[in-house]
Amino acid sequence: MAPTKFDRLSEAEPGERFRIEKLDIEGTMKRRLLDLGFVPGCEVTVLQKSPLGDPTAYKVSNTTIALRIEESSNIYGERIRDDNE
Amino acid sequence: MTTNEYTIALAGNPNTGKSTLFNLLTGLRQHTGNWPGKTVVHAEGFFTYKDKQYKIIDLPGTYSLYSNSADEEVARDFIIFEKPDVTIVVLDATALERNLNLALQVLEMTNRVIVCVNLMDEAKKKGIRIDIAKLAKKLGVPVVPISARNEEGIDELLDTIDLMIRGAIQTKPIVIPYSRSIEEKIAKLLPLVKEIVGDKYPARWIALRLLDGDTSLLDALKQENHHSFKEVARYASNRSAKSV
Amino acid sequence: MRVTVPPNPFDHLMKYAQTLSNGDTREQIVSAIFRTSQEICNETVTYTKPSKQYETERLDRIVTSKLWGFPIMLAMLAVVIYLTIAGANIPSSMLANFFGWIEGYLTFAFEKLHAPDWLYGILVLGLYRGTAWVVSVMLPPMAIFFPIFALLENYGYLPRVAFNMDRLFKKSGAHGKQSLTMAMGFGCNAAAIMSTRIIESPRERMLAILTNNFVPCNGRWPTLILLASLFMAAGYTGGWKTFVTAGVVVAMVLFGIVVTLTVSWVLSKTALRGVPTHYTLELPPYRRPKIWDTIVRATLDKSVYVLKRAVAVAAPAGVLTWILANIHIGNTTVLAYIAHSLDPFAHQLGLDGYILMAFILGLPANEIVLPILLMGYLSTGALTEVDSLHDLKQIFLDHGWTWLTALNMMLFSLLHYPCGTTLINIYKETKSKKWTFIAFALPTGIAIAVTFLTTHIIQWLGLI
Repeated sequence: MAPTKFDRLSEAEPGERFRIEKLDIEGTMKRRLLDLGFVPGCEVTVLQKSPLGDPTAYKVSNTTIALRIEESSNIYGERIRDDNE
Repeated sequence: MTTNEYTIALAGNPNTGKSTLFNLLTGLRQHTGNWPGKTVVHAEGFFTYKDKQYKIIDLPGTYSLYSNSADEEVARDFIIFEKPDVTIVVLDATALERNLNLALQVLEMTNRVIVCVNLMDEAKKKGIRIDIAKLAKKLGVPVVPISARNEEGIDELLDTIDLMIRGAIQTKPIVIPYSRSIEEKIAKLLPLVKEIVGDKYPARWIALRLLDGDTSLLDALKQENHHSFKEVARYASNRSAKSV
Repeated sequence: MRVTVPPNPFDHLMKYAQTLSNGDTREQIVSAIFRTSQEICNETVTYTKPSKQYETERLDRIVTSKLWGFPIMLAMLAVVIYLTIAGANIPSSMLANFFGWIEGYLTFAFEKLHAPDWLYGILVLGLYRGTAWVVSVMLPPMAIFFPIFALLENYGYLPRVAFNMDRLFKKSGAHGKQSLTMAMGFGCNAAAIMSTRIIESPRERMLAILTNNFVPCNGRWPTLILLASLFMAAGYTGGWKTFVTAGVVVAMVLFGIVVTLTVSWVLSKTALRGVPTHYTLELPPYRRPKIWDTIVRATLDKSVYVLKRAVAVAAPAGVLTWILANIHIGNTTVLAYIAHSLDPFAHQLGLDGYILMAFILGLPANEIVLPILLMGYLSTGALTEVDSLHDLKQIFLDHGWTWLTALNMMLFSLLHYPCGTTLINIYKETKSKKWTFIAFALPTGIAIAVTFLTTHIIQWLGLI
């Protein structure tokens, strides 16, 4: 099934929140991401991009994890735009 | 193995101050620093408390024990096969949620667990309050708040270790509720697993690992049971063949 | 007829389990665990100072920003090196004086006991001076550099460096965590080789191992600092001198990073082909280190380390060098003989035979390269007392040094083969003679090529 109806995590801008729906990644990397809290149903906050544009730091499960675009573009979900923390 | 020596394993996420605690207990000096993965060689040391000799192993810092990497396999194998007398899971008080995952995984593997919430000083600074008593009740094992680098809470930790060794603490680890479909599958596998491993290994955990297709654990189990497996083999294989 | 071994019961179970399972079992399991964690946390954790939660993020917004990320890294490097150079001068000369003072008593004692000259030569002029030199030159910079570095490390700055630099490493086909192993290399390449274990992919780990040497370790800092201050900053005085020296050393470090990235890139297109593996990098919250604890511990650990190495390596090397410098073939010493036979090749690299020989004899430890060189230069055949930097420079000038010689020696020191301990660790970690040899030959080839080109280009341009 093509997860087209969802946004990619890589498209979310710093400051935005993002609810994960699906990880389109296989193998060890997927398991590692799950361990770190990139779990369907969980919320991620986009913190900021590295000075050279990639990787990007995310706040997940109260920790900061940096992902490269190869991974974040395969994490699908929903951008939460109304930022009222 | 000497008769009066007890084994303690230190498990925890990377960068939770495990090595600091290890250094504090053993008087050894492992390299510590604020970045994940700096403990590259897993270390063991010794200490004595209340006339008991302890051997303490600093397992590699891992995010889980699901055999995604060599480190995780080392940590998992140690807990499952070496059966330490106490496994201390060190948690970072400032990121309790992510850290608890590992604790929950360990609690599925053994009930001889002490959860050690480290970096309490950092948490306090950040205004994070943790209800330790409630946490202990939820998890079903002792929880000790410490600050390893300020050497706070260490006496309580040592006393808790001592009590657990003496059998004075009854633990009742939390059972994680899975989705209905997973629970059904566990129910089907559980009797078969119990038949093969008996009380030697935690059956529910093994059933979960099998469902997850953890071949690395499978290989480790086979290796470990190489000698004892022949007599069980015929019986078990008949049995499971029947059920399939 | 063969009896078939019954299949392993676990295999059976696994097969059965797999018929039950579907693709997203792991996701379901992990989700359940996370949900449980969340529920527990919701009931046990309360946040009383919400604004405090964002301190790390606020700092990161500056430290890893597009505008400030790289300038801050550069500034940190420059400040650490500047403080090291500025702070080490006085304690270094104090230590040298102290050892000289003790040597006076030793000489007196040897004379009193009517000890033979050769024994005095080996023990005092060789062993004692060699060790004293290493200790007085190495110890102060290390006692400044490492505590500062440890403070940055304990504060949590290193993962930010890895975060900022990641793209560069990815482009060169290397692992993003290579910058962490390089940071360890500043302390000791041998220890850094062990730290490459944090890189799981064997290909990328090999890249990290083969290039770690391009980060100057504590054995090479003093060489770089000393030569930079004697020759590159010669025209400056006072504060400017330290500043220029630091600038040259920083430039050397940056050049080492460029070489690391280039070599990684070339290797990942050739012998170690492959795409960078995926990885995740955790940026832990900043934690204020226990300042005095960190300083005291880093200083003591490093001092003990340097002292041990001085005794274990510098002392015997001092003895050996003294012997070589005092055994005569015809009317020249063995040391001079070797140096002269290396001369033609060394001149092509803008060096001389003594320098090259010092590097060769210095294989066990980079710390002793400079002492051996000085001993070679001195007709007395023993290590000189480094009372003043001016004397030291005169020795070099007497042997035909120019700033180009100094530059080439710095480049060669930065780029040449790893020390013996590091090579042993590389062999232990790779379990391969071939790769250990490559780890030796590759940097050496680069060191030769770079110094050769530097020398010839500068001579051709008529700059010297």
